[in-house]
Amino acid sequence: MFYREAGDFKTSYTEDSQTFPIKFDRYRYYAVLLVAFAVVPFVINDYWVNAVFLPFLIYSIAAIGLNILVGYCGQVSLGTGGFMAVGAYACYKLMVAFPEVSIFIHIILSGGITAAVCLLFGLPSLRIKGFYLAVATLAAQFFLVWTFNRVGWFYNYSASGQINAPERTVFGVPITGAETAPWAAYLFCLVFVVASAIIARNLTRGMAGRKWMAIRDMDIAAEIIGVNPLKAKLSAFAVSGFFVGISGALFFAVYLGAVEVGEAFGINKSFLVLFMVIIGGLGSIFGSFAGAAFLVLLPVLLKNVLVGGLGWPTDLAAHLEFMIVGGLIIMFLVLEPHGLAQLWRVAKEKLRLWPFPY
Amino acid sequence: MKDMDADSYTTEDGRRIGGVVMEMRNITLRFGGVVAIKDISFDIREGEIRAIIGPNGAGKSSMLNVISGFYNPQEGEVYYKGERRPPMKPYQVAQQGIARTFQNIALFEGMTVLDNVMTGRIRQMSSGLLAQAIWKGKAEREEVANREQVEKIIDFLEIQHIRKTPVGRLPYGLKKRVELARALAAEPSILLLDEPMAGMNVEEKEDMSRFILDVNDEFGSTIALIEHDMGVVMDLSDRVVVMDYGKKIGDGTPDEVRNNQAVIDAYLGVAHD
Repeated sequence: MFYREAGDFKTSYTEDSQTFPIKFDRYRYYAVLLVAFAVVPFVINDYWVNAVFLPFLIYSIAAIGLNILVGYCGQVSLGTGGFMAVGAYACYKLMVAFPEVSIFIHIILSGGITAAVCLLFGLPSLRIKGFYLAVATLAAQFFLVWTFNRVGWFYNYSASGQINAPERTVFGVPITGAETAPWAAYLFCLVFVVASAIIARNLTRGMAGRKWMAIRDMDIAAEIIGVNPLKAKLSAFAVSGFFVGISGALFFAVYLGAVEVGEAFGINKSFLVLFMVIIGGLGSIFGSFAGAAFLVLLPVLLKNVLVGGLGWPTDLAAHLEFMIVGGLIIMFLVLEPHGLAQLWRVAKEKLRLWPFPY
Repeated sequence: MKDMDADSYTTEDGRRIGGVVMEMRNITLRFGGVVAIKDISFDIREGEIRAIIGPNGAGKSSMLNVISGFYNPQEGEVYYKGERRPPMKPYQVAQQGIARTFQNIALFEGMTVLDNVMTGRIRQMSSGLLAQAIWKGKAEREEVANREQVEKIIDFLEIQHIRKTPVGRLPYGLKKRVELARALAAEPSILLLDEPMAGMNVEEKEDMSRFILDVNDEFGSTIALIEHDMGVVMDLSDRVVVMDYGKKIGDGTPDEVRNNQAVIDAYLGVAHD
């Protein structure tokens, strides 16, 4: 009833291969963009930006990046935290070394540097697969965090071992530092999120994505068809690293402002982003958003209900929160192993016919 | 090496068979102490349907794997389009224009039929990552142009109705057809089919035979196939290689092979006294 492709005819292959082939979807997408850019910045306050929107947006980029690697190319990675740290430290070094260059460019460059590092740690994927590769990327996680902790050059030998984002502006509006307005930080991240999603979608619907998925589904057949496994795997690592690096840079510069590497980019972060990808749906850009939203919003929601609504003590609520989130994750995986994206797909199928049975 | 256009001829039904496009010379393939292929030579001519037959374990699939670069033989040479082919990786062989299907289907189960067949066009698509990320200019033009070609093949093999279905959901017979479509999409100079009719019923076999003949006729594809169904082999192929225990025991037209005593012995068994 709400959702129809009937009567929506395509007359060219360009139209058929676009991101949202169905008119209704397309208009909904434009509406979401419009609200995100033109309405939300005017109504949000500090709490909403810091508790909900910034983490959601930044984790979405990380989840998109990891989804390309795990969901599309089938190479499991547990090094996301470490790669985010590379993005953060690259951004810090660039911001300090070239203060006159726009932070916009710094963040993109941090993505590029992370892509190179990620590519390096992707080399073992040519020989090992599955769990063994996961363990190899785990080594990247620990090695990178250790390096940023121990090598003074990375944090400019500051006494605390932390890195602090200096104040930078875009078009005269502060984006990093204490003066940042909530809406400015939000919009800055939103631009990156939209660009990342569009790029990721374009890559995955084209030949690059098909090569990755071919490697994921059957690597031997892919090779016999003419996919160079070396190039396909390493390009997935590089593209994934690019997005993860951008998210790490934003996480440090715009969201936290000051970072201690073991705390902000530890192994927990790797698992968090991996859970987002799995719960959201492997091999789906929408799933990356859904997973990020689920794991960012659920704790906030529970906290508000338990502490704000029921008036429980904070520590009790915090522990209960863990249990409930854990339980929900297990429930989701049992009921719908293909994640929220699949749930959404099923809902759409149902809505096509509703209210008729068939 | 013979000249490509030398001694080309026309078959009874009017198809033109060209010169030799691939030649295997004294191929020997060993796995440790096991000799899978022993000193085999044969050639494949342009435009012909060449069958490789033999009892189970004769080394037919190994032979196909040698052609597609999956195994590199210890001895012997492969000549392709008049040049000696150095040992190469399977994807390099594919990029030279040799496509194949598998005995047990090797499709990408999580992708749609359309994406599977489009993956076959890898040789024809060269735009870089950056161009694809922006989806403008060359990347988009290339995508559309190749999609047109792929749609022709999809029409040809009559799989339009399942275009957007994930391959994992399809029945066996259709999967076989999709795999053929994917191999055809590469516009190969040699198409290798490993038991295209295994596990099919009579109607499906008839369909598949029709597609193979049509492909050969319409696109002028050179086809090398392995098949166990003798009726099919004798009807379809122009020339047949017969293998047994890794050795070549017969080579020639279906009629010659049918009357070859060594072949009859291999298939029916021979009395030892």
